[in-house]
Amino acid sequence: MNVLIFAESAEGKFKKAVYEAISYGKEVASKLGGEAIVLCASSQMPNDADLASLGKYGASKVIKASINEDRPAAMAEALVAAANASGAKVIVVSNNYNGKSIAPSVAVKLKASVATGVISVPNTDNGFSVKRGVFSGKAFADVNLSADIKVLAITPNTFTISESGSDASVEALSADVSENAYRVAANSIDKVQGKIPLTEAELVVSGGRGMKGPENWGLIEDLANTLGAATACSKPVSDMDWRPHEEHVGQTGITIKPNLYIAVGISGAIQHLAGVSSSKVIVAINKDPEAPFFKVADYGIVGDAFEVLPRLIEAAKQLKSSQ
Amino acid sequence: MKILVCMSVVPDTTTKVTFTDNNTKFNTSGVQYIINPYDELSLTRALELTEAQGGSVTVIHVGLADSDASIRKALAIGAQDAVRINAEPSDATLVANEIATWAASQGFDMILSGRESIDYNSGLVGGLIAEQLGLPYINIVTKIDVAGTEATAVRDIDGGKETVKVALPLVASAQKDLTEPRIPNMRGIMAARSKPLTVVEPTGASAQGNHASFELPAPKGAVKLISPENAGELIQILHQEAKII
Repeated sequence: MNVLIFAESAEGKFKKAVYEAISYGKEVASKLGGEAIVLCASSQMPNDADLASLGKYGASKVIKASINEDRPAAMAEALVAAANASGAKVIVVSNNYNGKSIAPSVAVKLKASVATGVISVPNTDNGFSVKRGVFSGKAFADVNLSADIKVLAITPNTFTISESGSDASVEALSADVSENAYRVAANSIDKVQGKIPLTEAELVVSGGRGMKGPENWGLIEDLANTLGAATACSKPVSDMDWRPHEEHVGQTGITIKPNLYIAVGISGAIQHLAGVSSSKVIVAINKDPEAPFFKVADYGIVGDAFEVLPRLIEAAKQLKSSQ
Repeated sequence: MKILVCMSVVPDTTTKVTFTDNNTKFNTSGVQYIINPYDELSLTRALELTEAQGGSVTVIHVGLADSDASIRKALAIGAQDAVRINAEPSDATLVANEIATWAASQGFDMILSGRESIDYNSGLVGGLIAEQLGLPYINIVTKIDVAGTEATAVRDIDGGKETVKVALPLVASAQKDLTEPRIPNMRGIMAARSKPLTVVEPTGASAQGNHASFELPAPKGAVKLISPENAGELIQILHQEAKII
């Protein structure tokens, strides 16, 4: 059974999530005895050498389909065309904002079963099941997917990128994307400049009410910038408009799983912990030794954030200058 | 303007999640249920749009009779009427198929959902409905306005925001910041008692993603404390021991 992986590109370049998705797709394809085929559908296609280099992550073939504008609906139509052309039974997308828009559309068009937030390779011992996050990070579930074709949206920063293969062959596909795919028209795009998007970040520094006010966020940002981390915040901080809602992590914000999550002045309410508990290493910094965050943290500092943060920034700067 | 709001009912955010029956079922004992927070934002935004421009808001829910209290709450917040499709909402495909089938002939200008439910987190219902009905879909919106027959929306994209426009009818899903949720007042609560809540039998759409078993995250080991005076040590530990920076 062939596996088709969607490779998202921006301005002719691939994101890290693409290499993860292909490595994952290759593992699934090996398990099912098929090939990992990649589709890149974009209005600014990466060059053929870059497309072929996706073979390194396990792709045997890369299909390129030009679309007029980078709309999720157009990407979905191209994916369906590529799935039909390649006979793929499993479609892999990244569970980022774009993937979340594409997955349901592809699933309806292909009459497929669909699972989002996938964190395991399929178990095919008895049918086809995958593990996914549920209850906003408070639990996991095994989901049985019953349709012939499966669409899997995999959680970013979950799977290892494996490099082993050589260049893939590149083929062009004329996807005949319909007018309908461009009904939603972009007036303007406002990309956050010079900051690491939280959903893609491997390191995150997050602040809570203990930071006392938005004017003190310079400390959080300094530490984040020194480490090359993204910034995040708790719900009260976003509710009080100290920080924008995109930074709110937790059950009603976004769920993240970075390699490192440093929580400063966040007590660790159950709703917040739900959104971050899958992080690989958690550091809690809080004045209150009874703060619930210390129960889930790997490392903790019981102390005043305004004394601790400058010491961390200093040490981080020393480390970075020695590297 | 006729707006349909898709609503799911979820465990309150303070719920400590546990499972029963050999980890095959969510343990509902002692759990308080609420309107899914993102759906509540959709509902409020729908009311704001129809109050400003005329029209009506219908709430639709796929679920059993134990959801009726939450549906009445939605009516108390201000929806004109509600429909409950009498089926166990076992997965997003089933829920979306039932809603799409019911809504197909009703002539809604806008169908709103939350960007995901906070229990199963699939984030699929809006997109599945849009595709089934052949309507344009705007996912994860933080703003939506309508002028005449055209909507303008701001949506979150990876690493930023995007402003889009599209002609009605459409399907959109709500993200935090879309608006502030409303608390029902006494007049609304009284009025909700006599508003229509129609129970419709399902068409028999089948689920395609059965959540067969659950597990809780593995418990963490004890926290390793570092003294605040030597906070800088943490950086060395993260570098040398944890090897993540």
